[in-house]
Amino acid sequence: MSTHSVSLKINGSSVTAEVEDRTSLADFLRHGQRLTGTHLGCEHGVCGACTVLVDGRTARSCLMLAAQADGREVCTVESLGSPEALHPLQQAFWDHHGLQCGFCTSGILMTLVELLRENASPDEATVRAALSGNLCRCTGYQNIVAAALDAAAQLRALEKTA
Amino acid sequence: MKPSPFTYHRPDSVGQALELLAAQPNARILAGGQSLMAMLNLRLASPEHLIDIGRIPGLAGISEEPDAIVIGAMTRQRDIERSALIAQHLPLLTQAIAHVGHQQTRNWGTVGGSLCHLDPTAEIPAVAMACDATLTVQSRRGLRVIAMADFPLAMMTPNIEADEMLVAIRFPKWPAKHGAGFAEFARRHGDFSIAAAAALVALDTAGNIARVSLTISGVAPTPLRLATAEQALAGKSPTPALLQGAAAALDAIDVMDDPFYPAWYRKRIATTVLGRALIGAVNAAQEKA
Repeated sequence: MSTHSVSLKINGSSVTAEVEDRTSLADFLRHGQRLTGTHLGCEHGVCGACTVLVDGRTARSCLMLAAQADGREVCTVESLGSPEALHPLQQAFWDHHGLQCGFCTSGILMTLVELLRENASPDEATVRAALSGNLCRCTGYQNIVAAALDAAAQLRALEKTA
Repeated sequence: MKPSPFTYHRPDSVGQALELLAAQPNARILAGGQSLMAMLNLRLASPEHLIDIGRIPGLAGISEEPDAIVIGAMTRQRDIERSALIAQHLPLLTQAIAHVGHQQTRNWGTVGGSLCHLDPTAEIPAVAMACDATLTVQSRRGLRVIAMADFPLAMMTPNIEADEMLVAIRFPKWPAKHGAGFAEFARRHGDFSIAAAAALVALDTAGNIARVSLTISGVAPTPLRLATAEQALAGKSPTPALLQGAAAALDAIDVMDDPFYPAWYRKRIATTVLGRALIGAVNAAQEKA
């Protein structure tokens, strides 16, 4: 079994670990780091549940090896809010019933973090295009879109008062 | 599923990558991984060695030459999407890239990876075919330049030897006032298309078609240039009837058949997207005239 030593930042903390070459970033996060907020659905890049940020850009963590993340900075859903202090996106999902079973939610939140960073005032079509890479089988997307648009407004308001 | 075991290598230079590629008979180049990793997870590919070229300096980038745009093989699709240089000189690629997967995959997926994976429905090979691009591959034996027309040998089989890797793609420029049109149909945004079409049109001073390029993908194992349709259009006035008639060229193609999309349906989709791409290209050229 071939292994590599990797050093990377995960949610702001430096991590060094020995990983098997074939281990995906998703499995490394879940099994190696016990960061089980990142979910693994299809394992071939279709469902988007495993979406995380790598060097600030969304990535499907099932399509990236842990070894490829060496030296990079990874952010998972655990980097957003805490149960006591939800991130505005998480609060908006709560308020708008943007999730039911929650399996797809962490991937969707990370996709929207990137979207709202690049575009503070997206219209509905832009939100739907961004969400096209994330499958949700519960909600029909309507409440997810509403939550995303509301979160964008909340974040703009926060920006103004900051 | 999980991939079968392999050894991961991350060379620092093209030379090191080529040494590894030559030394290991069952090795694959890992670029952005957005197709290969899925193939590994599904165990459709089981290489013993993966050679990650993602951090080799100089393999990514977009540069302008007097008569061409040159794109490094490791250039990420997202960087193509946002390039002003590409939008100016290769608007066909800018239009097509919006259909390539999703932002999560375009952030990492590369131009070279898509060309070497050579999915029959992929957009970037269709654009390369439409633009008469040339591909530079490198091995320890040296450089070799391949015309895109000669690159696909069969479905998902590029004309590239086991010890060679793609390093750059050269897209010759069309006249500044040319029009580009790209159209595809997929059941969901970002899915593999059923058929896609790419068109380039340059008009003469009288408004007639001076030069035209038409490519269809998804209908056959590889993207196809429609040379007979191009000949039928050249020199003519771009009337709606003439443009719609171009789809007759699809009659000569043995259209792929599968349980999801029977040949007759795929051909109808191809007819529609071909018309849309061609009309889009003509309209864009007329707006610039």
